[in-house]
Amino acid sequence: MSLTLDDIQRIARLARIRLEDGEAAKTQSHLNGLFALVAQMQAVDTAGIPPMAHARDVHQRLRADVVTEPDRRDAFQAIAPQTEAGLYLVPRVVE
Amino acid sequence: MSTLTELAARLNAGAASSVELCQDYLARIAAHNANLNAFVAVDAEKTLAEARAADALRAAGQAGPLTGVPIAHKDIFCTEGWHTTCGSKMLANFVAPYDAHVISQFKAAGMPSLGKLNMDEFAMGSSNETSFFGPVKNPWDTAAVPGGSSGGSAAAVAAGLCPVATATDTGGSIRQPAALCGVTGIKPSYGVVSRYGMIAFASSLDQGGVMARSAADCALALSVMAGFDPRDSTSLERPAEDYSRALTQPSDAQPLKGLRIGLPREFFAAGMAPDVAAAIESALAEYRKLGATTVEISLPNSGLSVPVYYVLAPAEASSNLSRFDGVRYGHRAAEYSDLTEMYEKTRAEGFGSEVKRRILIGAYVLSHGYYDAYYLQAQKIRRLIANDFTAAFKVCDVIMGPTTPTTAFNLGEKSDDPVQMYLSDIYTIAVNLAGLPGLSVPCGFGAQGRPVGLQIIGDYFAEAQMLNVAHQYQLATDWHTRVPGGF
Repeated sequence: MSLTLDDIQRIARLARIRLEDGEAAKTQSHLNGLFALVAQMQAVDTAGIPPMAHARDVHQRLRADVVTEPDRRDAFQAIAPQTEAGLYLVPRVVE
Repeated sequence: MSTLTELAARLNAGAASSVELCQDYLARIAAHNANLNAFVAVDAEKTLAEARAADALRAAGQAGPLTGVPIAHKDIFCTEGWHTTCGSKMLANFVAPYDAHVISQFKAAGMPSLGKLNMDEFAMGSSNETSFFGPVKNPWDTAAVPGGSSGGSAAAVAAGLCPVATATDTGGSIRQPAALCGVTGIKPSYGVVSRYGMIAFASSLDQGGVMARSAADCALALSVMAGFDPRDSTSLERPAEDYSRALTQPSDAQPLKGLRIGLPREFFAAGMAPDVAAAIESALAEYRKLGATTVEISLPNSGLSVPVYYVLAPAEASSNLSRFDGVRYGHRAAEYSDLTEMYEKTRAEGFGSEVKRRILIGAYVLSHGYYDAYYLQAQKIRRLIANDFTAAFKVCDVIMGPTTPTTAFNLGEKSDDPVQMYLSDIYTIAVNLAGLPGLSVPCGFGAQGRPVGLQIIGDYFAEAQMLNVAHQYQLATDWHTRVPGGF
């Protein structure tokens, strides 16, 4: 299996990262190098092995459904690229 | 260069104030950082204000064991009022609005911060060359990399720019740079140190830890930083531990009598450089002298840990790093015509090439049609790798081997070949996949005079025992006290 330049651009669109053509070609070669290494995995018989999603098989804790965080909107919005009247500003998405 | 115990003793005896200690370290940073690039942020006023507060606590009789002893923090930990960049252009102007749990713990202990330490961008790298703020140099040889991703932490401790530093380890990012810079570093069991406010890379693997000049110092610092924190859903509800409790003063020549050391045959095979192998063999001979026995074990699936890791970690990273979209914080592109273009240009400009590469790998292995073959298969092999350790710990108490296959490589040597770079973590990654604790201690020097690290892997929550195993070695040897020339 080998990734084409079209594959690379498709993945880049999924990840919302713009890739220039030169960058895409370099990425293609690096990813194909990595996936050649990753191909070793396909030879392993894993029938009946449950996937291990986490480093420890622990249960998520539950907590009481009460507010625990204070309102720090001003502090958090002070570091935002663009805000107005307590709202985050982004380009218009609905006409 | 002083240990934490020595610094604390000077403060206790009134031989120095915290302000004086901090001024000494700030002077060393000023003298050497232009050469090493270990610190990305220093603010003497902030540091000295914290030092004055520590001195006041001491004067009021309220000092704890480490009050007034300075520390420096990897720039992955959010620190209120300080820039917290994670080594990225994306966060180059980000001033954290809150403290990470780890930062709060050290503040509560009265330990002033000397500043923020350089690192590979978003902790993705093994050489510190992916940092937006430029590479860190290895104090033992400035032509060499310090390792990564916690390269700033390792170089700063090695050069005596700070006595102790925080660090994080997702696939070896504490142990590998500790080995390459000749310092002691421990990654605890997954869930021991809270990740609240620690910028996420791969959440099923990331774990905070510490680097210092000895195992005894690591034990002191780990006792401060570890512990349950309800704000991290993966933090384990375990009672607080004194990680120094197992450190013993030997009463005879064989303080480790009865200790069974497992030697994985897969680690002592082709791939380990001869100079590394020689230093490791000498360390094992020392352990036998101290009373330990060695037993050959097998970790048959460990050879798959690099491919498994480079599926799982990028998959988690692609999800975690989706938060960097130019809306709530961090970089935003200057010009765009719509929302999608804003995202795409913001992320293209804000991330460096290694981070982009890993996000793209992650997006691909999680995408429709490839999930089972890559992500799910990697998770299944991850369990096989973890099971290997469970079987091994039935016949040994700790596992030892090299931390890295070679000593520090040269700057630029592997930066155009990501796969070769990834393989430098071949001995450390399996430990993260299993969630086990691991540490690295200096055990000699290679052919070029660059340090070699011995890796000690313990069973879950065996940190105190592992630290004593390292401590006994450090009582019998002096590798950890060596100082690079010029520092």
